Amino acid sequence: MPKPPPPETVTITIDGRQVPALKGEMIIAAAERAGVYIPRFCYHPRMKPVGMCRMCLVELEGPRGPALTPACFVAVADGQKMSTTSPGVKKAQDGVLEFLLVNHPLDCPVCDKGGECPLQDQTLAYGPGETRMVEEKRHWEKPINLSELVLLDRERCIQCARCTRFAADVAGDAQIDFQSRGDKVEVATFPNRPFTSYFSGNTVQICPVGALTAAPYRFRARPWDIEQVESTCTSCSVGCRVAVQSSSNMLTRYLGLDSEPVNHSWLCDKGRFDFEAVNSVERIAHPLVRKNGELVEASWGEALDAAAKGLGEAQDLHGAGSVAVLGGARLANEDAYAWAKLAKGVLGTDNVDCQLGDGLPAEAVLGLPRATIDDACYADAVILLGPDLKEELPILYLRLREAVVDHGLKVVELTPRLTGFTPYATVTLPHLAGESGAVMSALVGDAAPADMVGGVPAEYVVRAREVLAGADDIVVVLGRQSLADGADHIVAAAAAIHEADGAVRFLPALRRANVMGALDMGLAPGLLPGSVTLEDGGEWYTAAWGSVPAERGLDAVGICREAASGKVQALVLLGADPLADLPDRELARRALAGAGFVVAVDSFLTASVEQADVVLPAAMYSERPGTTTNLEGRVTRLGQKIVPPGVAWPDWMIAVELAVALGADLGVETIEELFDEIVLLAPSHAGLTRAVLDARDHRDGLVVPRAPEMPGSSPPASGDTGETALQDETAGVRPLDPMSTPGVAAAEAHAVPVTAVAMDERVADRAGADEAGEAGEGGSSTPVEWVAPAVRRPAVLSGLRAPATHPPKPDGYSLRLVSARMLYDGGTLVAHSPHLAGLASSASLRVHPTELARLGLSSGASVRVICARTTTTMVVEVDRCVPTGAAFLPWNGAGATAVAGDLIDAASPVTDIRLETLS
Amino acid sequence: MTADSTPSSPSPSPTSPPRIVTAHWGRPDSWTLESYLDHGGYTALRRAVGVHPEEVTAQVLTANLLGRGGAGFEAGRKWSMLRKAPTRYLVVNGDESEPATFKDHMLIETNPHQIVEGVVITAYAIQATQAFIYVRGEFALGIERMTQAVNEAYAHGAIGNDVFGSGFSLDVVVHSGAGAYICGDETGLLESLEGKRGFPRIKPPYFPAVMGLYNEPTIVNNVETMSNIPWILNNSGRSFADLGQGRSTGTRLFALSGHVKNPGNYEVEMVKTTFRDLIFDPQLGGGVRDDNAVKAFIPGGASSYWFGPDLLDTPLGQEEVGKLGSMLGSGSIVVMDDTTCMVRAAWRLVRFFARESCGQCTPCREGAGWLEKILRRIEVGSGREEDLDLLLDVCDNIAPGLTWPPKQTTICPLGPSIPSPVNSAIRMFKDEFLVHIKEGACPYA
Repeated sequence: MPKPPPPETVTITIDGRQVPALKGEMIIAAAERAGVYIPRFCYHPRMKPVGMCRMCLVELEGPRGPALTPACFVAVADGQKMSTTSPGVKKAQDGVLEFLLVNHPLDCPVCDKGGECPLQDQTLAYGPGETRMVEEKRHWEKPINLSELVLLDRERCIQCARCTRFAADVAGDAQIDFQSRGDKVEVATFPNRPFTSYFSGNTVQICPVGALTAAPYRFRARPWDIEQVESTCTSCSVGCRVAVQSSSNMLTRYLGLDSEPVNHSWLCDKGRFDFEAVNSVERIAHPLVRKNGELVEASWGEALDAAAKGLGEAQDLHGAGSVAVLGGARLANEDAYAWAKLAKGVLGTDNVDCQLGDGLPAEAVLGLPRATIDDACYADAVILLGPDLKEELPILYLRLREAVVDHGLKVVELTPRLTGFTPYATVTLPHLAGESGAVMSALVGDAAPADMVGGVPAEYVVRAREVLAGADDIVVVLGRQSLADGADHIVAAAAAIHEADGAVRFLPALRRANVMGALDMGLAPGLLPGSVTLEDGGEWYTAAWGSVPAERGLDAVGICREAASGKVQALVLLGADPLADLPDRELARRALAGAGFVVAVDSFLTASVEQADVVLPAAMYSERPGTTTNLEGRVTRLGQKIVPPGVAWPDWMIAVELAVALGADLGVETIEELFDEIVLLAPSHAGLTRAVLDARDHRDGLVVPRAPEMPGSSPPASGDTGETALQDETAGVRPLDPMSTPGVAAAEAHAVPVTAVAMDERVADRAGADEAGEAGEGGSSTPVEWVAPAVRRPAVLSGLRAPATHPPKPDGYSLRLVSARMLYDGGTLVAHSPHLAGLASSASLRVHPTELARLGLSSGASVRVICARTTTTMVVEVDRCVPTGAAFLPWNGAGATAVAGDLIDAASPVTDIRLETLS
Repeated sequence: MTADSTPSSPSPSPTSPPRIVTAHWGRPDSWTLESYLDHGGYTALRRAVGVHPEEVTAQVLTANLLGRGGAGFEAGRKWSMLRKAPTRYLVVNGDESEPATFKDHMLIETNPHQIVEGVVITAYAIQATQAFIYVRGEFALGIERMTQAVNEAYAHGAIGNDVFGSGFSLDVVVHSGAGAYICGDETGLLESLEGKRGFPRIKPPYFPAVMGLYNEPTIVNNVETMSNIPWILNNSGRSFADLGQGRSTGTRLFALSGHVKNPGNYEVEMVKTTFRDLIFDPQLGGGVRDDNAVKAFIPGGASSYWFGPDLLDTPLGQEEVGKLGSMLGSGSIVVMDDTTCMVRAAWRLVRFFARESCGQCTPCREGAGWLEKILRRIEVGSGREEDLDLLLDVCDNIAPGLTWPPKQTTICPLGPSIPSPVNSAIRMFKDEFLVHIKEGACPYA
């Protein structure tokens, strides 16, 4: 469904004042925009109105005189007249608040909500001074657990149905509902079914009283002790806007902010609660250097010298190609740029990869026409060719689910197993793992499909073709379906549809927080900052940096192979844990053992970091400022709220100081200078000055590269220029609703201020005076336009070469392995977040009941798993979402003796396993 | 009104008004198809499907049949408001749950085929191909008989494909309620029928006829309304309109209970019968128990304002009762004699509403519970004089102005129903409240 045009304007009269309103909107919203706040409890701008609390009654003039009318579900109409302050309205407000307090316990002094409670605030503003209620109030056990994360105090509940509506309508997890009647109405879970929704924390955020509380926050802070800053969540690449809150240099809470193009105020529970890992006492707080086989604390000077010595020696003795940098997708943009400059400009190596063989080749991500989340939601059809969005990119799942349920978006899903999105897909094509290329070719082809295409019956393909037939505007959500098969078939599938229809746009579905930013900044083989190739940008960057690598380097798997064979001598792990994340654990093990010298820049002592020779402690998000780039390419600000533990530094600073230790100079001293240099040099970011990014109208961030610079990335039908697209996206400043995001009014005060840009003269000299002038103008708080200065820059990468894929046919005895991440796994952040760690999915192997029956086993039994790599024992479990002939193993499941990485050989396009009963 | 109106008497005399909905009562196995056919059953349906659907609606419009569920909206007019759409539904409300209301209960158990015939005729008139009969879950026997009647009607060709060879097809489903009074509200009933919690819907959309079951245009009619339809088709709308007077046409089934000698259901001609007739006629209520004096009576269900003995001669007509500040409502009349404690009576009624409030709207959910607690406190002797003003102010916060008809600040009419007994009792029997408060005990205990 295309994005609807802006509604007509009508005029209504509120309290004697004529104000404009948008046709179709509710009175409460129109009034708020006109500066008249109508009190409310059940109304939430992101949910359908229910008119339950009756707090928003206004006196609306009708044919039979003024009548009390709920403003939350009566739409505006031209000429409407109403009063929000008449004696009748005041009496009704008094009455409703008195009623709400009839059974409310008034235990505010011990309530988490006290101090930021809409019931408190509105009682003070609109309610009676004291109660006339002398009877005993309703009593219930306090509190009860709805889940591990959410607790319910039923005495405090005012039955506004925000939580139940969110669960059913927004999350699609109708796991909580009302039970009983009258004043005994309570929110409850169904018998023996806890509230396991991945989005449960949102109910706590939108609860207008202290009825729902989150286990990680309960009793840990009072609102008046909390300070906050706006930031972007970095638990995955969706980039939800958040308010980061802290008390006494400890993170206490994340709240979702309402970003129209991204998260609509919602967060997933992992994003909301994994800040606990930042507070963890297990953080690396000091540099460590290996002495006599042991990692021991060292000073920064000592550690940097040791790192520089190891890297320098490798470079001197074996050439620049003997140094490699793995990782960087966890870094902020400025960090990634600094590390790209250090690796490619100083160390001279192109063996740099921010992904660990678990993503897609940079060309497939940067070289295809790109789509935003909104583009996908308002497309005619979406093709899902990637991970289970509910598990890996939960808020993207919510957005697309909403587009399906509320706007009728058509979705074709290509997947090797049924996913969380399957119930909403128009057609799901469950194909044999590794065969997405063949399925996509059949889907976009004209010829009658073969009887079976990659395990999919022809009739499914025909039905999917019918769905796509009428669609002019198609968006492909592109990512890795499974880590047990290579990326080639996905790239082949993407290339197939790109070749068939050049207007098709792609939304990358890579999971790591800033993988897009890291790719943009050149942390990939063959690339330089700004999505340019070594070939195109070599000259430009040689002028800026002094030198760049002459030849394209290796990707992560290639680096690990060369390290295993001793050709890569020195390895930098930039927040990378190849033992956990490389889809070939054996290779990772050999790489770490084979590399003569390993430097790890990290925040936790992961299994890989423990093997390093030098460990440099890095700050985490919320501990440093910067910018990040989400999967759309949207650049947003990160906010710093607390200081890092011990002497940990932000990654960019480590790069700058390491360069000094190496006898070089990155030429920057502050993070602002880094950002300015990115804007100056990276073609994709040209003109995106700090003044532009920090402008009030751009608080949702800006998408790079700008549409006109990306061939084929403007909407195919309308042929809009990027200029209009940009204006649409940033139109108007939304009023913030303190009822939907408590305390956000305060967050604005902490928002990064708009400051004049102090352009480094040295950089300005290099690129031309016109840009310096442009950048210097950005001091005002009025809308600042994003204008790319007219300097000839290298072209931004485009085009994609399709690899040839020939996955072997499975034999009749084997099951094809599928492995993908679950939201909660044994990963570092979850493992160090006490309230999430227990939720990690088990490491059992899931198969279709038929397969289990064939073995004569029941769920929970142990089986021998045999594959080319290894033979091991695993617990097997029934899962109807796994097709016959396949087996699913959660990546990094908790408590595993053997993990998926042990079964996977990076050299093999697919992974087939055989199951045998234990004798 | 004549002696022949007693439910079990065999047949009315030629001059007396006809018995319409109770015509088959008292016959052996009156609920079976066989018995119904023996006494002219389904002839009206054959007649209806032989004419244009609009002709059927025209007859019902002429009859001016007022809905018998409580609101008293003209059935024919409601049908005419149905939005044109390919899918339309007919839903029959048999969720009769108000205290002292038991007329639909008897209609369902005694003559389900009459309801079914009315349903098929109505469905034909509005061209709905799917009808639902929602029966209160506690009516175990009623559900059994209604289900059996629907099955028999299918077998008889009165429901199903090609009804009586007319080309009109209809499916009818009997749905059992799950025990909530609020599902008697038409939009609450629709939610319940859709498998959801029985929460009345917000308005707009104002009428199910525009957006009802599964968001399709839907007619919701009461059981007794349906029971009248076959007679209207057989005898013409004009004959029906000739009964009664003014806007209140036809006969109506009243459920009489409380302190009367013969509680029961009585079908009488509207307006031409008065409350006094109904309560005192030896063939009807037979007078007050022990020949006590009438202290007050509830004229139209628990939601209606009470009347005192001075209004006993009010005719049983919708407008006649309405202009005196109450309503005929669901047609249930409760007589309270002079041994009745009015505080206790008000408390018991409010307790019903407090327990049955669906819990959506704050004023109803919390207000009813609070009123109940205050009334109970007064009844057990712990009242304060200021409680009377408090009671009235709480009522005013639920239904501002305490006017008739009540102003609604809640989603459905349950909220504004709550003040009726409280306001009635205080207005009519303030002294009795004060005696409770001063003596610290109930004088009737």
